[in-house]
Amino acid sequence: MGNKNNKVIELDDVVVKFAGDSGDGMQLTGTQFSDISAFVGNDLATFPDYPSEIRAPQGTIAGVSGFQVHIGHKEIHTSGDLADVLVAMNPAALKANMKWVKPGATIIIDIDNFDNKHYKKAGYVEDPLGDGSLEGYNIVKAPITVLSRATIRDLGLDTKTMDKTKNQFAAGILYWLLNRDLNLGEDFLKDKFKNKPILVKANIKVLRAGYNFAETIEALSTTYRVLPTKNRKGKFRNITGNLAIAWGFMAASERSGRPLFLGSYPITPATEILQELSKRKNFGVITFQAEDEIAGVCAAIGASYAGNIGVTSTSGPGLSLKSEAIGLAVMTELPLVVVDVQRGGPATGLPTKPEQSDLLQALYGRNGESPVIVLAASTPANCFYYAYLAVKLSLEHMTPVILLSDGYLASGSEIWQIPDTKNLPDINPPIVKENDKNYKPYRRDPDTLSRYWALPGTKGLRHRVGGLEKEDVTGVVSHDPLNHQKMVNIREQKVQRLVGEIPDQKVIGNDSGDLLVVGWGGTYGALLTAVTELQKEGKDVSFTQFNYIKPLPRNTEEIFRRFKRIVVCELNLGQFANYLRSLFPQFTYLQYNKIQGLPYMIYELKKRFSQILEEK
Amino acid sequence: MENKNNNNILTKKDFAVGQQVKWCAGCGNYSILSAVTNTLPEIGVKKENVVFVSGIGCSSRFPYYVNTYGFHGIHGRAAPIASGIKLANPDLSVWIITGDGDSMAIGGNHFIHILRRNINVNILLINNKIYGLTKGQYSPTTPFGSITKTSPDGTVENPFKPGELAMGAEATFYARVVDTEPKKMTEVFIEAAKHNGTSLVEILENCVIFNNQVHSSITGKDVKDDNQIYLEHGKRMIFGKEHNKGLILNGLKLEAVTIGENGITEDDILIHDARDSDDTMHYLLTRMTLPEYPIATGIIRSFKSTGYGTLLQEKIEDAKEITKLHSVNDLLNSGNTWEIN
Repeated sequence: MGNKNNKVIELDDVVVKFAGDSGDGMQLTGTQFSDISAFVGNDLATFPDYPSEIRAPQGTIAGVSGFQVHIGHKEIHTSGDLADVLVAMNPAALKANMKWVKPGATIIIDIDNFDNKHYKKAGYVEDPLGDGSLEGYNIVKAPITVLSRATIRDLGLDTKTMDKTKNQFAAGILYWLLNRDLNLGEDFLKDKFKNKPILVKANIKVLRAGYNFAETIEALSTTYRVLPTKNRKGKFRNITGNLAIAWGFMAASERSGRPLFLGSYPITPATEILQELSKRKNFGVITFQAEDEIAGVCAAIGASYAGNIGVTSTSGPGLSLKSEAIGLAVMTELPLVVVDVQRGGPATGLPTKPEQSDLLQALYGRNGESPVIVLAASTPANCFYYAYLAVKLSLEHMTPVILLSDGYLASGSEIWQIPDTKNLPDINPPIVKENDKNYKPYRRDPDTLSRYWALPGTKGLRHRVGGLEKEDVTGVVSHDPLNHQKMVNIREQKVQRLVGEIPDQKVIGNDSGDLLVVGWGGTYGALLTAVTELQKEGKDVSFTQFNYIKPLPRNTEEIFRRFKRIVVCELNLGQFANYLRSLFPQFTYLQYNKIQGLPYMIYELKKRFSQILEEK
Repeated sequence: MENKNNNNILTKKDFAVGQQVKWCAGCGNYSILSAVTNTLPEIGVKKENVVFVSGIGCSSRFPYYVNTYGFHGIHGRAAPIASGIKLANPDLSVWIITGDGDSMAIGGNHFIHILRRNINVNILLINNKIYGLTKGQYSPTTPFGSITKTSPDGTVENPFKPGELAMGAEATFYARVVDTEPKKMTEVFIEAAKHNGTSLVEILENCVIFNNQVHSSITGKDVKDDNQIYLEHGKRMIFGKEHNKGLILNGLKLEAVTIGENGITEDDILIHDARDSDDTMHYLLTRMTLPEYPIATGIIRSFKSTGYGTLLQEKIEDAKEITKLHSVNDLLNSGNTWEIN
């Protein structure tokens, strides 16, 4: 590839979107492209865009499956706003994605599928290639289907199998366009189809054919190069938020010595956590696929009572169903970790789309005064750390923890420098030794206020817990009015005392100034990118992203005091802003809310922040 | 409360609590409690290894009245809580105490699924056919047409028979006892504890306040011998004051007959096979109602099986044996990784 005599332009970052029918192999091609980019040292983030139907009719908008990858020479924090390159395997893929491509983008289409039959399926009234709607874009009309078939005609494969190699033709074009090493793509295929040599051969042939096709056509005379990210050393892997959460729990189990028990019911977009942990019996992990969400959380509570790390994973509708049981864990003061991978709501809502609208449900969505620790992960990779931390805090403080993730973190991936689990903090659950004469069910650690964990099977500690209010210390059922008030206060204080343990909130940028951008959870990448870009443009804007929601870090108020204006950004109607208003009513909170089942776009954030800065 | 005389042999006293029991005077739960505390020393389990789990209802206060580990849960959810406890620590002897409201209504889903999974716990389903704790509303086992606080004109719902649901859910152990026969209760509870898999014992219990005499046609002194058949594995299905009545199969139906009438001899009477894998006969026995048939009590089904927990532990052991990943660090570094120097 060194002898290319075309023009090569170096770019800081490129966004590529692969789109086609569910069966077109777009997820595979996207993964292949991101893997080889990671291998050569680019930073990157990816986001798959599945239809919620499993196999919607071919050629229709509902059946379009996409995969977006954002690779960079610079650091990458999101899967990218708009695509620089779109691969559209059919008219439906083009139609569904035109609003997500940059002006002037390169669009590679399989011209063999651009006919009246496909236009009709995609809902085009006019031929998009002839109606002027694609003016200004660099359209690469590649006969992908015909040339792929022709390339491997002599291998004796049936048409259906031959057509499954089409995605490699598109990949080949892309390798040329972005000056990627074909060998790396070939290695990926050799590994992917290692038990099917014929498929390795066919896919490699088609990949090369795509590359050669690109080399010969006029439309691709200018190519691009994204150099490796600077100062990046160590061992890396790609990781999604859901995988990171599952592994974080396992790391916490290993460190604490307590077995991991997941009680769960499949629900989009949290299911991968259950699936991943189901594969890990070798670590002693028990996964209990319950009959419903309630049974999932109740089994986790039972397991916690018996000395396991009880975890339940769900999404918003499931969290609603688990409410009463979470209250039971609050009352019995047992460890319990609830992961809510948020999606668009209410009710069934938008199952595959991200939203941050379960915040108040996590904080308050139970009967009675029912405080729990609430944490929010903010990148796919730090889901690992917050899952670990959720277990640590839950065990050490004998209280439920709700960990918020979202559909964007869950399925999105980023590059992760692999940590050594030895460097994670210790976990010391307050387990009672046998025949401890001082044991009482509701005797407490004077510092943390947590009660102690007396495991069934331990001699001399027989006791009873339950959902009825208990007398402090003795744990006897009590309806005494003053005792109830005392216990309600203790349960709240127990959570509040965590403030002494959690790190101070950090500000990115100046620690005082005109505008503080406030976010929480999964919007981190977009907010960070928008703010740092504005800072580079000389704007006085700072940024802080919350991972600790309840309790908030102790310096929160102090940070807010130093800024003239605060804008709270979240993918809901303003739940965190209202939470902050209730705690720190002395400040004015501007809001920037988006509730479209989509993450923030960098450009829209920048526009909004610039507007605020201009307002006097 | 500890038994000071001998550290190895447990007695009923080991499981008694000092706390005052707060059921109504005359409540059937007292005799059930007594049968349970008689059972526990007999099952070969250390006292610290026994856990009682309940949901909500009068019967669900039970864990407070027995000196073991105990978990008083939320309405209907004792089954999943107990499942979590048992799977987390298979050494524990786990007992679910539940009622007809708790397990047939709000917890109906969990009830059928714990039986289907065959998790090795013991369920004592106390069936008084009424909501007691909320003071007298009909339950899913209340007979059709019953007048209660929420059915002043009589119910228009068909009741569940818990045993039928159990058979439908492929239960491996089902027994029915009455609260007036403490010895038989203890006998059955001991067998339930021994069974590997979910053991369901339905206890027909009298609610002295809201449904008094609900089972008197079965338990009444003068009628019980004729109106109940106590089934024992390997024995003929004979009942009656005079031991002269029995059950035969007539086509696809059971028939109650009198020995010595119409040429029926003792040899014609069915022999109870509780261990049969096929539950068809157990289902027929479960369905029997007065006045055509006696009510079946005793162990109706006890099919030897391998419990969920045993199967799960086998899978875990197998996975540990073949794995190449011995630490979470191994896992994090497995698969597609790369180094940049």
